[in-house]
Amino acid sequence: MALSAFAPPDAPDLEEIRKCVHCGICLPQCPTYRVLGEEMDSPRGRIYLMRAAAEGRLTLTETFTRHIDLCLGCRACETACPSGVRFGSLLEATRAQLRRHGPPPRRRFLDRFIYAVFPEPDRLGAALGLLRLYRRSGLQRLVRSTGALRFFPRLAAMEGLLGDVPRAEPLPELYPARGRRRGRVGLLTGCVQRHLFPHVNRDTARLLALAGWEVVVPRGQGCCGALELHAGRTDDFRARARRLVATFPDDVDWVVTNAAGCGSAMKEYGHWVREASGLAVRTRDVTEMLADAELPLGRLELTVTYHDACHLAHGQRVRQEPRQLLRRIPGLRLVELAESDLCCGSAGVYSILEPGIARELLELKITRIAETGATVVATGNPGCLMQIAQGARARGLDVTVVHPVELLVRSIEGEAI
Amino acid sequence: MPLGPGLLDELRRILGPDGLVASAEGRLVYECDMHTFYKGAPDVVALPESTAEVVAIVRLCRGERVPIVPRGSGTGLIGGAMAPLGGVMIGLNRMTRIVEIDLANRAATVQPGLINLWLTRAVQERGWFFAPDPSSQMVSSIGGNVSTNAGGPHCLKYGITANHVLGLELVTGAGEVVRLGGKVADRAGYDLTGVAVGSEGTFGLVTAVTVRLLHTAEAVQTILASFGSIEEASEAVSAIIAAGIIPAALEMLDELMIRAINEGTGAGYPKDAGAVLLIELDGPRAEVLAQAERVATICRERGALDVRVARDESERALLWKGRKEAAGAVGRLAPTYLLQDCVVPRSRLPEIMRALRAIAERHRVQIANVFHAGDGNLHPLILYDDRNPEELERAKAANEALLHACIAMGGTITGEHGVGLDKAKNLPLQYGEADLNFMARLRRIFDPDRIMNPGKLLPSHPACGEGFRPARPRVPEGAWI
Repeated sequence: MALSAFAPPDAPDLEEIRKCVHCGICLPQCPTYRVLGEEMDSPRGRIYLMRAAAEGRLTLTETFTRHIDLCLGCRACETACPSGVRFGSLLEATRAQLRRHGPPPRRRFLDRFIYAVFPEPDRLGAALGLLRLYRRSGLQRLVRSTGALRFFPRLAAMEGLLGDVPRAEPLPELYPARGRRRGRVGLLTGCVQRHLFPHVNRDTARLLALAGWEVVVPRGQGCCGALELHAGRTDDFRARARRLVATFPDDVDWVVTNAAGCGSAMKEYGHWVREASGLAVRTRDVTEMLADAELPLGRLELTVTYHDACHLAHGQRVRQEPRQLLRRIPGLRLVELAESDLCCGSAGVYSILEPGIARELLELKITRIAETGATVVATGNPGCLMQIAQGARARGLDVTVVHPVELLVRSIEGEAI
Repeated sequence: MPLGPGLLDELRRILGPDGLVASAEGRLVYECDMHTFYKGAPDVVALPESTAEVVAIVRLCRGERVPIVPRGSGTGLIGGAMAPLGGVMIGLNRMTRIVEIDLANRAATVQPGLINLWLTRAVQERGWFFAPDPSSQMVSSIGGNVSTNAGGPHCLKYGITANHVLGLELVTGAGEVVRLGGKVADRAGYDLTGVAVGSEGTFGLVTAVTVRLLHTAEAVQTILASFGSIEEASEAVSAIIAAGIIPAALEMLDELMIRAINEGTGAGYPKDAGAVLLIELDGPRAEVLAQAERVATICRERGALDVRVARDESERALLWKGRKEAAGAVGRLAPTYLLQDCVVPRSRLPEIMRALRAIAERHRVQIANVFHAGDGNLHPLILYDDRNPEELERAKAANEALLHACIAMGGTITGEHGVGLDKAKNLPLQYGEADLNFMARLRRIFDPDRIMNPGKLLPSHPACGEGFRPARPRVPEGAWI
């Protein structure tokens, strides 16, 4: 057999690749296949490319890199796969190989900017502060009226993504448990969530406290590293995972996230960082934590639809808990969204890097949402929240996009919170 | 066969820059379909979006005598959608529109790349469905189903793809667009639709399909019966049919297959059974309930360990998910397998299952079984590890032995997967010289320059000479029959 194009560390596991029997059941579930209709941009095709590289039939060319990097990493293929191929970890490992031995990135500046700012909460906060200035000073109106961003599709994607930038106040470090105490949990505040959706963190903490959990919100907690893991920057990812493990006290029963991407990466820490496996098994999404909680839910007359964030539905296999929670709100009517678990195109920083494909997926998502007649869309990931809100704005569709915890809090408001 | 640069330029002109896959990496992933044993990468893949583009490609290729290989979703099991001689592969995955739904006339017209299940999804809320349901229906294209005349579990009662195709728009190998059949069933002249269904891309490319839609039955009962052995289950199958009951589907799965399915799909089939039957009855409620009672009684009389009825739609869906994803779940047992598709008269099921076991022992291979017991259509999956050449040889030998055993019992070489590259050599087992020559001449009428899917379906492409002189069918030595 010819020499593999992959080399340790972090080489994709050939045994895992070989579990694919080429049945193609993943194809219709794959967002890039849906948009492009090409085999090499389908999970089956990508696995075939990985296998060819592992068996020395291909080298890590630009074209190879392109097809691997065009994947949104949504992992819908894992849900579809009857042979249980763990595509996510294959993708991450293949990308790790590309970052080490592949061609240089196509957009070096953008790449550097993204990884220097997004996973660093302080820098992200500063950047968003500038953005707030940009919006409030009237500069945004000027830029939009001149259409100056037309020639910079990726900058335009980034610019369009952001709605209002709220001023984020740090949460208290401790929320005491209310009612019967069930234990102690740590809350991950995330990067984007912390700055753009601070109220989601606040609502999460209050709900957990109400459910009987003492909530610790460690100051100075960094990024979980999900963005870097998904991009194959495994060294940076490991460093962040180790730092995060050190941030949370050992005596918390659970570490709770409300961002699907973070939760998914943290639950898989063990695969990459042995000493982080303890944190991995204690990670839970907020909807899992609240599933059996007694909450004093009040009436909320709303028609709501639910979009499955990829890293919640496919990455963590959490589908029923958020739906059941929403259904428990009296007066709330939950209507199912067709293809609710098809990626909305956000996928971390994908909507910035690949605005064309992201836009097509968003268009489809907005069409499906419009079909439901709902006035509220609930979803459990900040990327999806931004993406869908932007799509709805662009379409002129009058829907509010919220995290499920926001609806829970709103239904309780005035009574107990 | 490397293509001239002129041809690539022309293709690019027809399809635009995004309509062509010419990179080495891109061509590589098109080198095989689900039958990964046969590999042959095309020189270029064309992804047309309209009939006009298909016509332009075919005319271009005909002028240059370049082979054309049509491809749908690449889920075929016969090495049909791969390019043994290179040439231009035409992927129909961008022609996925539903052109028309005409419920008053119980018909729909779709483009060939449309995924089978998506048609049913589009009409099911209104109480209709498209009956042919190959296990790959969640991914395979209707064009591909037409090309192989695909079957499926529910074909026992509803018939195969050919029974549901009313009309076709076909771009022949000569580059003509012909309309075969149509929405109205009673037509003058030859039944050319019937001729074209199952032609595996050797006549041309289907660019539109008009199909029959059926109304959903009033009631459905899905029964799972487990047995100690596959022989007992086979006896129960014969008894059910002999009792005059035609279930909508009657499927059998053996122990090994049950294991893979439970691990892969969580369908929850009984773990300790030697075999299970998945039996579905549909029709008017009263009739279905009465039949379900009788079927349960028959199964118990034949020694069923357990008989249970799916309580609701979600339990039914889960049982079917397990069955339909069976071939995909086999990755949990072995990295590669040969999937056979032979047929025996139903009455000889117990006998062929014994023969199968003997063959597995003789060739030292593991065989998992999942099949359409109701019509005697076997799907033994012969497991092997492709890194071990000796194991592959044993798997191939077992595969051929199985095929011959079926023929010797009065069966056929394919039930629903088609012939392709895989079984072209076996066709003379079933047809005589005159039959094969007639088929070759028919092929030439549609494809005068022999460019369409060469090497597939008929034993040797007519390019190799005018007539066939097949060897006399012969059952190999060491008969187990």
